[in-house]
Amino acid sequence: MNKALLILKREYLTRVRKKSFIIMTLLVPFIFAAMTILPAWLAMQDDHEERTIAVYDGSGIFLGRLESSDYTRFHFIPREEYLRVKEDLKSSPFYALLFIPPNILSANRAQLFSDKQVTIDVKNGIDRRLEQILEGDKKQTVIDQIGIPDLEQKLAATHTNIQLETIKVGEQGETVKSSTEIAMGVGYIAGFVIYMFVMMYGMMVMRGVMEEKTNRIVEVIISSVKPMQLMFGKIIGIGLVGLTQLAFWVIIGGAVIAGVQTFGGGEGVQSVQATHDLMSTPGMAAAPMVQEQQQNMAIEVIDMVGNLNLWLIVGTFIFYFLGGFFIYASLMGAVGSAVDQDEDAQQFMFPLMLPLIFSIIILFPVVKNPEGALAFWASIIPFTSPIIMMVRVPFGVPGWELLLSMTVLLASIVGVIWVAGKIYRTGILMYGKKVSVKEIVKWLFYRN
Amino acid sequence: MEFFKAEDVVKDYAGHRALDRVSLSVREQSVFGLLGPNGAGKTTLIRIINQITAPDSGEVYLMGRKLKASDIQHIGYLPEERGLYKKMKVGEQALYLAQLKGMSRRDALRNLKKWFEKFEIQPWWNKKVEELSKGMAQKIQFVTTVIHEPKLLIFDEPFSGFDPINTKLLKDEILSLRDQGSTIIFSTHNMGSVEEICDHIALINKSKKILDGNIYDIKEQYKLGEYELETPELGELNPLFTANGFELLETDIRGNRQLAKFRKADGESNREILQKLTGTLDVSAFREVIPSMNEVFIQVVEQANQKQ
Repeated sequence: MNKALLILKREYLTRVRKKSFIIMTLLVPFIFAAMTILPAWLAMQDDHEERTIAVYDGSGIFLGRLESSDYTRFHFIPREEYLRVKEDLKSSPFYALLFIPPNILSANRAQLFSDKQVTIDVKNGIDRRLEQILEGDKKQTVIDQIGIPDLEQKLAATHTNIQLETIKVGEQGETVKSSTEIAMGVGYIAGFVIYMFVMMYGMMVMRGVMEEKTNRIVEVIISSVKPMQLMFGKIIGIGLVGLTQLAFWVIIGGAVIAGVQTFGGGEGVQSVQATHDLMSTPGMAAAPMVQEQQQNMAIEVIDMVGNLNLWLIVGTFIFYFLGGFFIYASLMGAVGSAVDQDEDAQQFMFPLMLPLIFSIIILFPVVKNPEGALAFWASIIPFTSPIIMMVRVPFGVPGWELLLSMTVLLASIVGVIWVAGKIYRTGILMYGKKVSVKEIVKWLFYRN
Repeated sequence: MEFFKAEDVVKDYAGHRALDRVSLSVREQSVFGLLGPNGAGKTTLIRIINQITAPDSGEVYLMGRKLKASDIQHIGYLPEERGLYKKMKVGEQALYLAQLKGMSRRDALRNLKKWFEKFEIQPWWNKKVEELSKGMAQKIQFVTTVIHEPKLLIFDEPFSGFDPINTKLLKDEILSLRDQGSTIIFSTHNMGSVEEICDHIALINKSKKILDGNIYDIKEQYKLGEYELETPELGELNPLFTANGFELLETDIRGNRQLAKFRKADGESNREILQKLTGTLDVSAFREVIPSMNEVFIQVVEQANQKQ
């Protein structure tokens, strides 16, 4: 078997078999799914608590008009009881006590007493109810004064909601429904995933090189294989570990999301709606409408994700994923070869990580304006292009820009590997010497 | 037969010449000692033989042909800086290193089994290296060096860090490998072990070869014409020795014996010396002082350094 392949195999298998790798690979999608589902689930839990709120209505406007929802009930009480309850809220059966002053129409003020801090949902729900009733009354008064028949219906009919469809016109004049939000989402996720993997797996290459150097096994190995074979075997092997992990995450994540949609999804959506219910006007038949709208939106989202050039995105993603990994991993490997201890690695790692961190900082500006000068240059310069170009691709990038960016990246990879290889060959055999940048530059001119 | 040859090898590192026109010749099936102080260039030469680095000029020959990439599988190398992957299992690791030397998995397994049985270390096969003691790891390192039955074995300071038992085991194995046909290059500071196992040596100092040859010839060459004599006569010896043209270096009375160390005049044979002395002195023991390799080493290196 080819020796570089043997090395690749070892680098890959020892890492993939590690317990930490298996746990990370299996657990992260679930943690991620839990993080998205948990809030909805928690909202569902809250709603099961039944609360009765005592109301003393000094104005007489609201009697019998505060509608109870499933879990929140309103109980009107006379003044004497109100005074008594207010004295001793804690032992009363009520969750809270609502006091509506006689002058609420002019004062726009009511008071809610409770022994504990009331939940935000309860507060907002009551607030909303009072406002709607008062608003309705005032409106009715105005309508009655003006005396135009069916004014309320006429006014309601003026309610307008525009949906702006964004449609991309292709080079041949074909039109594709697009969504800025979805392009933003896909670009952001793709860029961030590349950043994360380059960072994680680049460091892994560095640690792998350092391990061989500090274990003193490297000289044994390079008496059997060429240093470049060792370096490439390691980088590619670890790159494949990264791709394996990503593939598992995509598969498991997809399965988890599909599972949630099939079994728990409906409930989740309903629970969210239940919360909405309390906040909006009860009984206004809003829920079915919202639901329908959401369904339509879901279909449209799927539609528009499908309209993104998926193959182009997946293809460029793999290219920039590997390209970014190669460029950083070979440099981080070179750093690992030059130092003896973790602490010494820091001074070299920081300048290396700067362009990566810079990419993440400019991620938002680029997402907002994917055609701007910043976005253009950052997607051509090879140290930021793997992340930034990937952010831009879902918006649609002119072919020549993509080609230029890829060519520059490939050429830089060749150059970087040459530099890294020079450093690596000298560095791995350098023991017990703290090296400086000046020293490393000297290595570039060694003949091997 | 000549097995390995280096011809006028030169190697420069930025502003520093590591090897300066070094030529060596190693006979087949012999143990060749590569000696020299720290930083003399021994490790650089060894790395050139292992093709870890290439000479700037000069040629290196193995088995009569120029050294080529595939020769790696005929060479076994135990570097001075050596180690193993700590987290990897012993057997798996030995198998991996053997395969890197170009062995098939099956051959590697067969040979490993043989060596593990020989050293009685089969129970370690599934242990991780980090669970082994240092001495145990050294045995594994030795096995991985010789596993592919190399024709040329290179040991760089092999005994550093070995306990006496492992040192003896290693010495015996090196000699037995030689007897089975391997050629061995042995780099060390430990002159005691050089005398025990080397046939030939070369001494490198400050990137130049300053001495080489058969170990007995060299010692003969660096004799200082000194002798040790033992006599029951306890009187003053100096007049007698001076009269015969000898320089008395030191005397020491031990019980009823007197020991004398002296240097002869040039050109005298041992027989002549004895004839001169036995006529007047009751000699109970007489011995020519042969320098140890350690003394030769110090003498040669110091001379070379003074010349500069």
